[in-house]
Amino acid sequence: MRFLQNPDPERRAGRMRMRGMLRKEALQIIRDPSSIAIAFVLPIVLLFLFGYGISLDAKHVPLAVVVESPSAETAGFAASFEQSEYLSPQRFGTIQEAEQALIHHTVNGIVWLRNDFEEKLLSGESAPIGVIINGVDANTARIIEGYVNGAWTSWLQQRAAAHAGTLNIPVRLQPRVWFNAEMRSRNFLIPGLIAVIMTLIGALLTAMVVAREWERGTMEALMVTPVTAKELLLGKLLPYFILGMGGLLLSIGMAMWLFDVPLRGSLLLLLLTSALFLVAALGMGLTISTAARDQFVAGQIAIVATFLPAFMLSGFIFDINSMPAAVQLVTRLIAARYYVAILQTVFLAGNVWKVILLNSVVLVLFCVFFLGLARRRMVKRLD
Amino acid sequence: MWTHLRALIVKEMLALLKDKKSRLVLIAPPIIQLFVFGYAATFDLNHVRYAVLNEDSGGASRELLARFEGSGTFECAARLSNDTQIAPVIDNKRALLVIRFPSDFSRNLESGRSADVQVNVDGRNSNSAMLVLNYVQTIISSFNSSWIKAHGGRAPPANLVVRPWYNPNLVSRWFIVPGIVGLLTLLVTLLITALSVAREREAGTFDQLLVTPLSPFEILLGKAIPGVLLGLTEATAIILIIVFWFKIPLLGSLIALYLGLLLFLLSSIGVGLMISSLAVTQQQGLLGAFLFLVPSIILSGFSTPIANMPEYLQTLTLINPLRYFIVILRSVFLEGATVNLLWPQYWPMAVIGCVCLFSSAQLFRRRMY
Repeated sequence: MRFLQNPDPERRAGRMRMRGMLRKEALQIIRDPSSIAIAFVLPIVLLFLFGYGISLDAKHVPLAVVVESPSAETAGFAASFEQSEYLSPQRFGTIQEAEQALIHHTVNGIVWLRNDFEEKLLSGESAPIGVIINGVDANTARIIEGYVNGAWTSWLQQRAAAHAGTLNIPVRLQPRVWFNAEMRSRNFLIPGLIAVIMTLIGALLTAMVVAREWERGTMEALMVTPVTAKELLLGKLLPYFILGMGGLLLSIGMAMWLFDVPLRGSLLLLLLTSALFLVAALGMGLTISTAARDQFVAGQIAIVATFLPAFMLSGFIFDINSMPAAVQLVTRLIAARYYVAILQTVFLAGNVWKVILLNSVVLVLFCVFFLGLARRRMVKRLD
Repeated sequence: MWTHLRALIVKEMLALLKDKKSRLVLIAPPIIQLFVFGYAATFDLNHVRYAVLNEDSGGASRELLARFEGSGTFECAARLSNDTQIAPVIDNKRALLVIRFPSDFSRNLESGRSADVQVNVDGRNSNSAMLVLNYVQTIISSFNSSWIKAHGGRAPPANLVVRPWYNPNLVSRWFIVPGIVGLLTLLVTLLITALSVAREREAGTFDQLLVTPLSPFEILLGKAIPGVLLGLTEATAIILIIVFWFKIPLLGSLIALYLGLLLFLLSSIGVGLMISSLAVTQQQGLLGAFLFLVPSIILSGFSTPIANMPEYLQTLTLINPLRYFIVILRSVFLEGATVNLLWPQYWPMAVIGCVCLFSSAQLFRRRMY
């Protein structure tokens, strides 16, 4: 009982120093509103822009339809394209005109029925339908190819039904898309975006904070106080962690209610894993900050090391499994990669423990690594 | 005026390149990122892991599976024995798709009826899911036509002959890698300009600069020209790597490419300097840089097509210089475009650049009084 009444004076002093540090950082945050802007304005702006801006779902693709000699058969064919909500066909009289349109990017593809189309169709030999697609954007080109294929198949089926015959398709594909039946690309992009945004918030909040003290000379002032390096680090971490979690809650709320992304796993699990990732991201910012000691360089490193790697290498948009083995190894160094896997799983698939635990363990390693590195760099010494 | 300018440019270059860390940040990451991103940025699927649940004992299902094996795109990750195993395989990402043949698959086929094959795809990445289904459909279609040929029966009355222009094998790397030139050039110019005025302001040297006989316009030029020089050098290095290392065809004219590059540098430096002169602290400058960099990459059509965006965002992309430069890059590299075809892309960048540079000069001047 004596122990409780008279706590260890060293510990009490530690708590007091900690309180002081936290108060100082909190005041700094309030006085330069840019930190608060980073935590709350950044996610809103980015989620709005991204949520609506990033979509891989091509709709109303302009497509040129060239019919060289119109007939009832070709009219039926063209009609099947007009029925598709994904394509918006435009009629062209000659292939030359259509090619000009393709060169000037007014259409993305051409469907070409030649003079002899009907003749071949009725003669029983398979009539070729020319399809030209602007292949520059290969991904969109593939998607358009899929749409054209779909319109063609539905035309074949309608035609077979009209001729009282059956269409001979030996093997029929029965696709079943799990977790995202309508294949809304937003459902997978928005959870990934949260990872990108949290990477930015984490690094932006802390990348400058230690370098700023060095540059303004206040680091020396801090050094002559009894504050230990560990307390200094914690004091730099905690206020920004709280700000970051605020930004995170905002992002999750927007994802669920504004963009209607289903949350199939547990919210608590999502928050816990997100907290882990946030600590890793803040730790990275602190490491940059302690290593650079100069706001200009810290800012440059933060720009280079955070956004683009998280954007390109986290699996948020480009599938990691499609990358060459060497690049896949590089992606293992990006904390956002593990968080993206967790986010996509918790949002769309549910509590798949194996995926979540494995990735969380790696995130813990990232936290330990960055905080350890920042701690080692944060020596109370002038040199 | 020229001596003034030269002195300023030398000073800015020294400020940028004198510090070893800063030099390293400006030069190494863009080149490293080019190599990593050049390989990472692909929408093409390969090494797609699949699992099979084959309840069919006939030969037809094995024949179809052999086509998956032989495609080079698919890799078998597991053979399942009952349908309770399907969910864990997909949940834990052991396979992207599970192909299931029902027990009457071969029987149906051989008696001339249609046989179904069920394909379960992990939709967590909907783009991959859609592409995988397209790949599977292609394999099944070619199986179907050879089945019809071998076993008699009527072929469909018409068939599609697809021919992609500009990128015959539909390699998405050809589409993405030229865009990286724009991305990295933007990154470099922002690194150079976005914090530069804020840094001087925080250090107090900007006031010193203002009391020199230099006019605000000269100060502006002094800040802009090093960015143009460094940007040009780095972009040239990147273009060389793309052509000679990544072997992306460069079909169009270099004049068209470099005219675009210069105008893009003008506009992105203009934006960078504007951010910088608005910011009071470097922290604010950094925030401004991100608030410009991130949306301009997302809304540039680099990774996802602008045509897929809602109308009002498409309108918003009109003020994004990167949007125009990406179109120029792709047209010049893959479509062999010339200057004539690209005017609609050139003039908006020139307008954006002039407006931003003019307003930053105004901001400098305002701070003077």
